[in-house]
Amino acid sequence: MSLVLIAVLALLALCLVAGAILGFAAVRFKVEGNPIAEQINALLPQTQCGQCGYPGCKPYAEAIAGGDKINKCPPGGEATIQALADLLDVEAEPLDAVEGEKPQMVAYIREAECIGCTKCIQACPVDAIVGAAKQMHTVIVSECTGCDLCVEPCPVDCIDMLEVGSTVQSWKWEKPLLPGQLIASDREQAA
Amino acid sequence: MSALHKAEALIWDIPGGIHPAERKELSNRTPIQPAPLPKRLTLPLNQHIGAPAEPVVSVGERVLKGQLIAAANGFVSVPVHAPTSGTVSFIGPQPYPHVSGMLAPAIVIDSDGLEEWIELTPQPDYRHLENSALVELIRQAGISGLGGAGFPTAVKLNARPTQKIHTLIINGTECEPYISADDLLMRERANELISGIDILVQLIQPDQVLIGIEDNKPEAIAAVRQALAERSYQLKVFPTKYPSGGEKQLIQILTGVEVPSGGLPADIGMLCQNVGTCVAIHNAVIHGKPLISRITTLTGEALAQPMNVEVLLGTPVGELLAFAGLDRSKLNRLIMGGPMMGFTLPDFAVPVIKTTNCLLASTTAELPPPPPAMPCIRCGECAEACPASLLPQQLHFFAIGQEHEQLKAHNLFDCIECGACAYVCPSSIPLVQYYRAAKGEIRDLEQKQLKAEQSKQRFELRQERLRRAEEQKEAERQARAAKAAQAKAAQAQAAPAAASSDAAATKPAGLSDEQKKLKIEASMAQVALKKAEKQLATHASPELQAQVDELRSAAAIAQQALDMAMSANPPAPAPAPVADDGALKKAKIDAAMLRAQVRKLEKLEAPSDEQQSELQQLRSQLEAAEKLLASLEAQAPALAAKPAADDGALKKAKIDAAMLRAQVRKLEKLEPPSDEQQSELQRLRSQLEAAEKLLASLEAQTPAPTAKPAADDSALKKAKIDAAMLRAQVRKLEKLDAPSDEQQSELQQLRGQLEAAEKLLASLEAQAPTAPAKAPDAGASDPLKKAKIELAMKRAELKKAEKAGSDEATLGSLREALAAAEQALHQAEDASGKPAPELVRTDKKPIDETTRALKTEVAFARADLRKLERDDSSAADALATARQRLTDAERQLQEHAGS
Repeated sequence: MSLVLIAVLALLALCLVAGAILGFAAVRFKVEGNPIAEQINALLPQTQCGQCGYPGCKPYAEAIAGGDKINKCPPGGEATIQALADLLDVEAEPLDAVEGEKPQMVAYIREAECIGCTKCIQACPVDAIVGAAKQMHTVIVSECTGCDLCVEPCPVDCIDMLEVGSTVQSWKWEKPLLPGQLIASDREQAA
Repeated sequence: MSALHKAEALIWDIPGGIHPAERKELSNRTPIQPAPLPKRLTLPLNQHIGAPAEPVVSVGERVLKGQLIAAANGFVSVPVHAPTSGTVSFIGPQPYPHVSGMLAPAIVIDSDGLEEWIELTPQPDYRHLENSALVELIRQAGISGLGGAGFPTAVKLNARPTQKIHTLIINGTECEPYISADDLLMRERANELISGIDILVQLIQPDQVLIGIEDNKPEAIAAVRQALAERSYQLKVFPTKYPSGGEKQLIQILTGVEVPSGGLPADIGMLCQNVGTCVAIHNAVIHGKPLISRITTLTGEALAQPMNVEVLLGTPVGELLAFAGLDRSKLNRLIMGGPMMGFTLPDFAVPVIKTTNCLLASTTAELPPPPPAMPCIRCGECAEACPASLLPQQLHFFAIGQEHEQLKAHNLFDCIECGACAYVCPSSIPLVQYYRAAKGEIRDLEQKQLKAEQSKQRFELRQERLRRAEEQKEAERQARAAKAAQAKAAQAQAAPAAASSDAAATKPAGLSDEQKKLKIEASMAQVALKKAEKQLATHASPELQAQVDELRSAAAIAQQALDMAMSANPPAPAPAPVADDGALKKAKIDAAMLRAQVRKLEKLEAPSDEQQSELQQLRSQLEAAEKLLASLEAQAPALAAKPAADDGALKKAKIDAAMLRAQVRKLEKLEPPSDEQQSELQRLRSQLEAAEKLLASLEAQTPAPTAKPAADDSALKKAKIDAAMLRAQVRKLEKLDAPSDEQQSELQQLRGQLEAAEKLLASLEAQAPTAPAKAPDAGASDPLKKAKIELAMKRAELKKAEKAGSDEATLGSLREALAAAEQALHQAEDASGKPAPELVRTDKKPIDETTRALKTEVAFARADLRKLERDDSSAADALATARQRLTDAERQLQEHAGS
């Protein structure tokens, strides 16, 4: 009997000690924020365009961490979906967007038509438009994420979304086709 | 550097490497020929690694040979010079030697055949120059590495100022098959080469200089050895092997030291320069000539006379190959560079640039198309051939699987893309292309990652900024609310405080603080009394009457207390006007707030009906408030019984004048004032004038010791008010964007009235200091004012009802009320003995719905037409239709206005 009692007491003591350690650790090593959401946010393209239906990339990252679908980011495209699928260990799904994957765009203000209303400046999530009231505005190309949020508020429709074309500097080699994907006569032309 | 080093020194070997057929004998048997001067030269702005140069010439400008035409744009950039004299005919996208076949910005020069040099500044005595000046000479000469990569030489010389360069390596290896440009250069220009090396030695002071040449160029070796003479530079000859000419490979061969992964030769204290670059440096320093030409190998079986030419940069390759006797029927692939690392040119229009060391016009037999790639058999040949000791096979699989982390871990970026692995591959897998694609993808992703990080940061900073602004606004809002609450509480306490001010009054009033307090209490009591009286006037009830009586006695007590305090302290200013001042201030604030609201509503672009009616209401309220204010202003001096009253009025007038002046100045400062602002400015100016006049008259009064009859003052004020009201009306009319004729005439009339009123005012003001008894009785003007207010209120009610779409009966009754009010006003005017103002404004027709619709139509039609006119591509018939629509709309509007 005493043997059983000793065993029970010993286990109880162990439980209490372990519980105290765990409780202490939970407080002492508490992680601020949601680490999964942070990791997801790091994979999103940060265009802050809201095409996913959330106001910015971080809210979408939090939504994904909360169980939302991973295929709602058109600027990220398939690459982002794949990266998210790898991170979360889920099945990659096709992009959920009407127009599909879009090329990298940049906003362009037709400056002669700009009336200086500052509405686009207020809409830009990354402060990529410079200008002042009744002064012409212009887009800082290197900062523009191509989110299109400035197009709709423009009262005179002077903002175009231009495709960022490939230049000699940004051009990159295509991956060659795998063996068996190219027949010999085509190969000659490709070379 | 001892004689020991001079002996045929040690050489090392590199791992891997291949021995393809050299084929250099095709082109190295003839001396360097000068290439013919082309009619048109195309000079790309980016012939080097780094930022493209910035053009400094304009189209149509004549340039001389050697003239700077594009300046370096940033540190890692290189200027471009005109290779011959001629005219700049085009600046813009032109064919560019690149695998993609894309166009790139370039300057096109039409040569005039004169070859007229710009004035040169040779520095044969460069040994006296500072290092920085020497590097600057090299930079300004537009020299970038002529070996193939095209890295700016001046940048390379400056790369690690802190790192001592102990070994200077001169690369005369030229390991790729077919190319013999450096071979011929060393044979024919060995002296220039050595002179160039001398300059580099002077610049970086290395411990040793190694010149590396492969043993397949005996003539070049002999020539260089001869030119070296007694110099202590070591000439190292080593066995031919591809790719020993790679910078890192050559360093390993000559010194046995490996450049660390991802590092630069400068990290291990070495600097590598191509022989062609050394000759260019010699030309730049000794002769002052910028880099405008280079030696290029023209070779391949498709050429009748393969050779080396000294060619001006910008020469189209088509012309150059024609000079070498190109047989286009034989040509299979035109390659810029060698067969191993070169790339196929998209067309013949691309120019020769600073990095073009070879043009290879190959036949099909010479460079047959590679057979189809077969799956990798994992033979490991590639790993043995790799000069960088990488695992090409592994990299290949990782590249297929897009495993970027693995690629980086396997040092993909140490791959020099020499093509040795693909050369030995028995499955003919285009391995290098896989690596290039993978490198491009990784760089692209890194770029995107960087941009995403930057965007995220900017987004977060913006959010933070917006949050702060919101917080600040909220804090201000709360502060305002607290202030308002405090003011209310103070007001509520005013009555009891007035009652208890007896005690306060008994205290010695020597302190000005206490006097102030008393004053405030008195004025507050007065205000409370006034309010109560007003209430009593509207709904008379015994309770109110009692309250008013109570308040009156409290105010009287407060007044007494204050008087006592004042009499104890004679120089104190009069308290009575202060009471009035409080009411006056309140009225003023009310009026200002209403005005602000009205303006806010007026600013709305497309006000809804509701807002319109609200605006109407606010306007009438404003009118009433202004009237009240006017009456208070009129009363204020009338009530002033003390001699000090003038003093207060004088101060007030001064403040008014100053404020008006400030406003006028503010408006004057606006650069493009709108019409509205203009008229406001006008108005303010006139007000200012009036205020100054008043001020002058008051100042004239002040020296008079006795109190002036108050009535006089009040007449003056009344005249002023009339003038101000007229002014306001004029301003309102002036604000109308497109006044009708009727409104114009009305405006004219009003202006006349205004003038008359101002004249009256002026005369009164002139009289004021002297005439004591001429003023009309103030009592008569009071009912007049009341009648006016009544009329305004009635009018506002009627308008409101009209807006709200009330039924005819209500409207009728309201109209009757209005008419009655008008009658009352007329009577009051008759009674007051003043000329009745012409109430033209009441006749003003409001814009009816049809006019509004027509005007909107006109505006839309005009906007559409403008849009079409701006767009070049719009069809002529669309334009015509739009014009027709506009004229129709305008006609309709006119018809309607006429009817």
